[in-house]
Order: sequence, then structure tokens, then C-alpha cells
Amino acid sequence: MAQATKKSRRWHIAVFLAPAVLIYTAIMIIPLFSTLQLAMYSDVENSQVFVGLQNFRALFGDPQWSDQFWNALKNNTWFFIVHMIVQNPIGILLAALLSSPRLRMRSFYRTAIFIPTILSFVIAGFAWKLILSPLWGVAPNLLDFVGLKSLFQPWLGKEAYALTTLALISVWQFVGIPMMLIYAALLSIPDELLEAAECDGITGMSQFWKVKLPLILPAIGIISILTFVGNFNAFDLIYATQGALAGPDFSTDILGTFMFRTFFGFQLQLGDPNLGAAIATAMFAIILIGVSIYLFGIQTRLRRYQF
Amino acid sequence: MSTARHSPVRSIAAHAVLAAYTIIALFPVFVIVINAFKSRKAIFRTPLELPNAETFSLIGFETVLKQGDFLLYFQNSFVVTVVSLFMVLLFGAMAAFALAEYRFKGNSLMGLYLALGIMIPIRLGTVAILQMMAASGLVNTLTSLILVYTAQGLPLAIFILSEFMRQVSDDLKNAGRIDGLSEYRIFFRLVLPLVRPAMATVAVFTMIPIWNDLWFPLILAPAEATKTITLGAQVFIGQFVTNWNAVLAALSLAILPVLILYLIFSRQLIRGITSGAVK
Repeated sequence: MAQATKKSRRWHIAVFLAPAVLIYTAIMIIPLFSTLQLAMYSDVENSQVFVGLQNFRALFGDPQWSDQFWNALKNNTWFFIVHMIVQNPIGILLAALLSSPRLRMRSFYRTAIFIPTILSFVIAGFAWKLILSPLWGVAPNLLDFVGLKSLFQPWLGKEAYALTTLALISVWQFVGIPMMLIYAALLSIPDELLEAAECDGITGMSQFWKVKLPLILPAIGIISILTFVGNFNAFDLIYATQGALAGPDFSTDILGTFMFRTFFGFQLQLGDPNLGAAIATAMFAIILIGVSIYLFGIQTRLRRYQF
Repeated sequence: MSTARHSPVRSIAAHAVLAAYTIIALFPVFVIVINAFKSRKAIFRTPLELPNAETFSLIGFETVLKQGDFLLYFQNSFVVTVVSLFMVLLFGAMAAFALAEYRFKGNSLMGLYLALGIMIPIRLGTVAILQMMAASGLVNTLTSLILVYTAQGLPLAIFILSEFMRQVSDDLKNAGRIDGLSEYRIFFRLVLPLVRPAMATVAVFTMIPIWNDLWFPLILAPAEATKTITLGAQVFIGQFVTNWNAVLAALSLAILPVLILYLIFSRQLIRGITSGAVK
């Protein structure tokens, strides 16, 4: 009897799991591995030939590709650094303010600041492109209003500023995410703990630094890894504002746009799926390394602070 | 109550910072929307003023609705989002139930396998996905997008939902079993209604990236008949950079649906984020 129910239960398990596992495996896991495999092949006279690591050698060493690759990697790293030093501190500051007791209009601020996050990259990118455009002049007018018109530059059009400007646009769009996660973490701090701190005379700013910050470190860790994965996987914003060539002169090229261009080809450049797969593999490795560092290095250390 | 925590100076400072940031957050949206309703001259002459009787014009919206197939794109986005969402929720909940409810060999391994996808972006498999879709004749169909988004949404959905399914009382399920309900009925009749709030949260999280995605529509379904609104807006804006009325109107039209969706679901979304992080 027990045996029979156990057996019939097994079928349910399979039926419940099957659709999700099948779709997930077929559309996500298998393509991921065939992409890694594809990176080891090359197209020779319309047939796929196994070339081992030659695509990677070209990617890292052949000037035709490696210049673009290292440039994209460098830009991507800067893109990530800007997010880490601008987006996350602003997110934490906003969350700390939102969680201050007896704040009025809390939900209005929360909702409003989160709105950019739900907009698509296309909208966010173009909106800023229009605002910063020297042609339309909303930005110069605004700067003129505060007497700083001399500071205006076509920020998206100059090599030196374009990438940072785009990173800041992306920060503007996504600051809602760290804000929300930190806000949630701050709310979860037990009141008794804060009251105990107050009894000890730890209030205001020092309470934030000494009591709250250590407690929200795990949330900051999660935000950092989400930022990392999101940034090294970014594409849409750059493509929508600067196009597949990531202008001016590739100064805003990141791994996502580089992979798109290599895979599909663009204008005079022919598409090369195998090399595109090699770039995807490199991105995969970078993301995997980041996630591993987080899981084994940072998260285990952060756990000590948890209750 | 200590004075340091509630001093008026502090609260004014907090409001000042939050209000300033709110203006930064909303300013671009505001500028786009007000100028979409202005005549071309007014867009350039007074970009920061609200449209008045003199400057009000709907010429941009007329151009967009005449030239771009915005309604079709909108419909495509809608179909893709709703169907993917339905599949993510149904299949995700089923798998989450299996993982949370039954003990079987490889349970935690299966959970780990399905959770992998949370950290690894599906975009990295694009090369092979495109080849697969091409081989099965699914390129330029909404089906290809639906399949990809379903696969993309499942890991997080399963992860979040199985947490919630573990909290459903065992007594209730066992009572159902004693009454002779099949496992399927227990899932659909007893468990599913109980985790509805969690389903709503997962729905919002899944919906936003699907609606906003540019990469997969660009690669898998760029044909005129299957363009989504994000891709359509991108292409349209790219073509009409000089027609400012049309561009601003197109941007406003593209902002509108997500904005409405957000205002409807924002409480659910915020509750989901806060309850998700609060252990």
C-alpha cells in the first residue's frame, strides 16, 4: 500500500516538473552549452571545423579582434565601476532616508523614484539623448538657469565623456533597485535592536554607521552581484542610444554590443557566429568568476553578521 | 522618544533630498510628455513650458499612428508578455510545488539546477538559440519569443514560489488527501489559491523585463509583423530623428503602457520586494 502510493506519487512529481524542466533545459541550458561548443569551431568553406581554442586566441591576441575585445572589456569594467560608486551609495542614501521614522509621503517618493526602472532602455536612452542634445538645448538652458552654461558639452558625442554619461543614465534608471532592496533590509532590522542602540546613546548618523550598516551588508552584497551580472550583460542602452557601432569611435563599446556586432556583422563587417560564440563564452566566464567570488568569498563572510 | 530621531531639521533635510531626487527621476519623463503635445516651434522655443492653447498640437501623435504600426507592435508585445507570463506562472508554480512538497531523489540537485538560471543571463546562449529557432522554423514568430521568455522567467519564479509553497500548511494538504483529492487537485484547488499573492509578485518581476526587452525581438523576430513595441519604437525613433513631434509622441506612447501597468501593480511590486528580503 505504502509502496503503491509512493509509486503513484512519483508520477505526479514528474508531471509537475516536466514542463518547466523541459523548456528551461531546451531553451536555456542546451543553447548555453552549444554556444560554448560553437566557440571551439570555425566556418571553413561552409562547414564547421573543430579548431579548439583558436577563436579565443584570435579574440585575445589577434589585433583585428583583440583591440576591440580589450576595449570593450575595459569600457565594461568602467561601466560597472561607475554603477558601484554612484548607483549603490545613492541607493543606500535614498533607502536610509525613506526608512527614517515618521517620514511623510514615503510611498510617493518610493513610487516616483522607481518609475525610471520600469521604463525600457529605448525610452530612457532616447529621452536623455534628446535632453542632452545640443540641438534641442534643454540641458544648456537648465545649466544657463543656474549660471553654469559654460560647463555644457555634447556629453554623448565626445569620446572622453560618452561612456560615463551613458553609465550615469543607466544609474539614473536603475537606482530604484538598490534603493528598494536596501529599504527592505532596513525595515527588517528588529526595533529592539535600534532601541537598545539608542539606550546606549548611539543615534542618528552614528547609529546608521555602527548598527544598521553592518546589518544590511548582506543586502549590499546581493546588490553588488546583481549590478555585476547586469552590467557585464548590458547591451540595450548603448545600442538604443549609440547604435551597434557604439560611437563615438567605439568609446562606448561594451561586451554586449561587441558580441552583437561580431555575431551579426555590421555595415562592412561580416558576421561570424563562431567568434560571437567565443565572446559569449568569455562573457560567461567573466560572469561565472564574479558570481563565484561572491558566493564563496563574500557571502560566506557576510553571513557572520546575520542573526 | 529621543529628539535626535525626530528633529524637524532632520526631517526637512530628508524631504529636501528625496524631493530633489524625485525631480531628477521624473524630469526626463515629464519633459518628453509635455513636449509631445506641443507644436514644433514651441518644442524648440520653450521646451520647459507646459503646452497652452497657443502651443498645443497633436501632430506628432497623428504621424506616429499613421506611419508606424504602433497598434500592431503593441498587440505583439501584449501577446508575448501575457502568454509568457501565463506559462512562467503555471509551469513555475507546478515545478515549485514538486520541489517544495515531495521528497525524491535529486530534489535539492534539481532545485540547484533550476536556480542556475537566476545568475546566468539567457542572452549568452543567443547564438545557439537563434540556430535552434532557425532550424525549427520559428524565426520571426511570436512563439520563439514566448519560449525564450518562458525559459528566462522560470528560474526566479520557481525559486520564489517554492519558498512560499513550503509555508502552506501540511495539515490542509493532508486533509485533502484523506478526502480523496488527487495530487493535481491539491495543487490547483488548495495550494494555488493560497499562494496567489506570491504569484502576483512574481508576475510583476517577470513582466517588466519581458515587456522592455530589445535583444531577443531584435534577433529572433525583427520582421514587421512580429515587432514588439520596444523594437518598433527603437526603429521608428531611429528613422524619424528629425521629426521631433513624431519622436516625442512615439516616446510618450511607449511610456504610457508601462506607466499604467506600474501604477496598477506598484503596491504589489513594493510589497513583493519588501517581503522577499524580509526573511
